[in-house]
Amino acid sequence: MRGPPKGSRRSLLAGLGAVAAGLSLEGCAPEGKTGPNGEELKLNLYNWDTYTGKTTLADFTAATGIAVKMSLFATNDELFAKLRAGNPGFDVIVPSNEFVTRFRLANLLTPLDLAKIPNRVNLLPAFQNPPFDPGRRYSMPYTWLVLGIGYRKSKIDGVPDSWKWLMDSDRYAGRIGLFSEADDLIELGAKYLGHSVRNIPAPVIDQVAKMYIRQKPRVKIFHHDEGQDLLLSGDIDIVMEYNGDIAQVMTEDPDLDFVVPREGSILNSDCLCVPRGAPRPDNAHKFINFVLDARNGAEIYQTIRYPTPNAAALALMPSDYRDNKAIFPPADVMAKCEYAEFEGMERAHLYDETVTRIFAT
Amino acid sequence: MDESWTKARAVFAALSVPPVVWLFAFFLIPLAIIWAYSFGINKSLTEIAINGTFANYAHAIRPLYLGIIFKSVGFAALTTALCLVVGFPVAVAITFASAKSKAWLLLLIMLPFWTNLLIRTYALMAVLRTEGYVNFALGLLWSALSHVTALFGHPLGAFQPLPLLHNNFAVVFGLVYVQLPFMVLPLYAALDRLDRSLLEASLDLGAGHFTTFARIVAPLAVPGIISGVLVTLIPSIGAYLTPDLLGGPDSQMIANVIERQFRSADDWPFGAALSFLLMYMTFAAIALQAVVSRRGGRDRA
Repeated sequence: MRGPPKGSRRSLLAGLGAVAAGLSLEGCAPEGKTGPNGEELKLNLYNWDTYTGKTTLADFTAATGIAVKMSLFATNDELFAKLRAGNPGFDVIVPSNEFVTRFRLANLLTPLDLAKIPNRVNLLPAFQNPPFDPGRRYSMPYTWLVLGIGYRKSKIDGVPDSWKWLMDSDRYAGRIGLFSEADDLIELGAKYLGHSVRNIPAPVIDQVAKMYIRQKPRVKIFHHDEGQDLLLSGDIDIVMEYNGDIAQVMTEDPDLDFVVPREGSILNSDCLCVPRGAPRPDNAHKFINFVLDARNGAEIYQTIRYPTPNAAALALMPSDYRDNKAIFPPADVMAKCEYAEFEGMERAHLYDETVTRIFAT
Repeated sequence: MDESWTKARAVFAALSVPPVVWLFAFFLIPLAIIWAYSFGINKSLTEIAINGTFANYAHAIRPLYLGIIFKSVGFAALTTALCLVVGFPVAVAITFASAKSKAWLLLLIMLPFWTNLLIRTYALMAVLRTEGYVNFALGLLWSALSHVTALFGHPLGAFQPLPLLHNNFAVVFGLVYVQLPFMVLPLYAALDRLDRSLLEASLDLGAGHFTTFARIVAPLAVPGIISGVLVTLIPSIGAYLTPDLLGGPDSQMIANVIERQFRSADDWPFGAALSFLLMYMTFAAIALQAVVSRRGGRDRA
């Protein structure tokens, strides 16, 4: 079995905006050489950290002669900020579902030519027609994620299968880690109180804020998606995190586990998109189709251990991935999970101010 | 002297072109753009319309945000006071050290700048965390002590690691660590210019070391203290990285709020207004200080 990568998609250093210049394979293709499609044999990919297989990019170059230059971003906000004033030359980007909507509303995406992506038949039915991109006109799913509770088994009584243990209880006081992201905090708080994560009414937002303010003295830290590192180092024992992040550290420390609370949670899906003004759109489609291939997909998920939306790739995966409860939580609880939606800037500002109030009180 | 200056004026002007261009292109113009944003609204997801509104400032002076600014000033004031208390003896020691060790001591003060702030902050996290070096050393001492007390039939309980990281203590500790050189260097510069014969005179005339320090050294070091306080206080108010990495649930400072406006909240006009509100307050404080010190000077004269 291959070891997990160090760090994660939203790794600690990357989370601070330290954008690492990614892998450069430009030496593989002579400068300026064009392929049969009339495009230069190059592709600029803008991706999360530790989010490709060990040989994915080299395999693509070997198959197509197209050299991939990958740059890394740490948050969707960073990605959006980079592209809002115009595309600096990226051919493929990997925003999460809410940002697929936001990019689309800002008119920053090129519609996909589905005829050039025949491998899309490999996708699981649930990902063929998602609410955030009906008909898959702008995005192809790369991974999906679900938020839940990562915990240290020896320090927690039983399975903490409710958000209560993070948000509304002093049982684990001083050992709790919550997200600092405004929308995740508010939406999951509403979910715990029995509401949908979408269209949360103002009184419920207020109720959620009061709950967090009450809980705050028992919270050790509001983290920036490095919950798995804090859990691994023993700073905290129970934390709000993505399943893929916890699955990565579970291979390092068998005392760690992950559960999706019984109230349900937020689903996310990181998607491959072609930004408007991409210099090499045909190469971009080739790359997207390549990633959706069963074997190429398996190579990626083997390394990054995030759940795959690709049925054909899943069939090739070993059982320690397929039967992993952290990567694929049970169907009954997954049925209670839903996608959050981009609900406009006013909403984002309201959530931010609510969180500012929670942190300040 | 005047003549050579007149002759050199052309050279002087030529030499000043690059820094002036730099100042305008990379500092004043970008700053002016952000300033303009503070009078704008979000027209769409990607566009800001500058329409001269004061709504962002009206929003920024709400009690929630003023409270956070007030708290940031509190953190910064505590940091500055601690830096002064720790930094003054250091500056005095360097001033009175031999010429050779003075160079080495100054080098030691500047040594931290050779490493990026981010890396130093991570190093501090490794020192302070629950299973970090401080708690590890304390744990060893505790168990050694426990062995000794066990000989007398009273073994100590299990060692409880001290909560050193992710709280307000860690923020102030981190800020003092970062800002200390900025306090020591101006203090040293002021003390080094001090006329030693004044000290000798004071000691000769019967003042003790403490009286000499309190009535001769400290007053003469006032300009150094003021510049040290300013260069420590102002960056501390706007500290972002330290509260972000070392802080806990209660450590939000104003720079963290501003950062979110430019990233996750994506409200640049409001973020710009908060930034400039902070800048106006700093300017006002410095102006007030200048007025007060000038008036004080006149009274004495």
